[in-house]
Amino acid sequence: MLTIGKKQFNSRLLLGTGKYPSFAIQKEAVDVSETNILTFSVRRMDIFEASQPNFLERIDLKNYDLLPNTAGAKTAEEAVRTAKLAKASGLCDMVKVEVIGCDKTLLPDPVETLRATEELLKEGFIVLPYTSDDVVLARKLEELGAHAIMPGASPIGSGQGIINPLNLSFIIEQANVPVIVDAGIGSPKDAAFAMELGADGVLLNTAVSASHDPVKMAEAMKLAVEAGRLGYEAGRIPKKRYATASSPTEGISI
Amino acid sequence: MNLLVNGNDLQVPSDVNTIADVITHFFEQDPIVIVEHNGEILEKNHHTERIVADGDKIELVQFVGGG
Repeated sequence: MLTIGKKQFNSRLLLGTGKYPSFAIQKEAVDVSETNILTFSVRRMDIFEASQPNFLERIDLKNYDLLPNTAGAKTAEEAVRTAKLAKASGLCDMVKVEVIGCDKTLLPDPVETLRATEELLKEGFIVLPYTSDDVVLARKLEELGAHAIMPGASPIGSGQGIINPLNLSFIIEQANVPVIVDAGIGSPKDAAFAMELGADGVLLNTAVSASHDPVKMAEAMKLAVEAGRLGYEAGRIPKKRYATASSPTEGISI
Repeated sequence: MNLLVNGNDLQVPSDVNTIADVITHFFEQDPIVIVEHNGEILEKNHHTERIVADGDKIELVQFVGGG
């Protein structure tokens, strides 16, 4: 069970909703993922298009908690405004703070992320900041009162997987709030690895939506997150330099 | 009356008086829409009572796919 603020979730997989080939495929992928939390972005509507199909109309909103992001924001003020717009929908009280500080790497701006988190906590939001894998910044976000910490595994959409497992493990060890590995996950292996490191959840989007078969990949990610979590709870064996026989060494008849 | 809607300076018919009218004017069905009126973010239940005036700045936003 994943607990964020006062809410509990059965699934530890958080799913993004961007870049799917179609609403139909997306709906099926969301279904098989068994996720409880879907992320969204906030954008201007096209007022010259009278018909506004929206994925939100395809799903039963009772079954999901919406996690709007503040993507597009480059300052704390922009992030706060986007979060307030999202909340005014009446559909959510959580927000993923995402303040990008570099257009090429899409890495978060640590200073603005911290400022936006502080302001949104004051406003009563449930705040989940997307951050780099900086250990000290993660601690400072938690000290502010962030309800979860969401360090990136590698740059958004890069699919490079976890490039600094050491930092992630430091963040996980020190945290008293959930740590959700967000961004950069490329394959089920990466998701399982994040969970084996002790992450409380994984947030991914492109790894599913841009895969050859998003529905199958959604199921793979669900299983990977579950497997990784079980493995973490079971406790892996220590690594040894040399072999240790699994079969008894006594009673060999040759 | 002219309104600045999502950055576009547009003339709207005289029967557009409220934010709810603005939404109905632009969209076929009742979409999930969030409104900012002259910099103030509105709760959904205020759409029908909020009067618009010439020159008002209105932002109509929605949830779209994102990670």
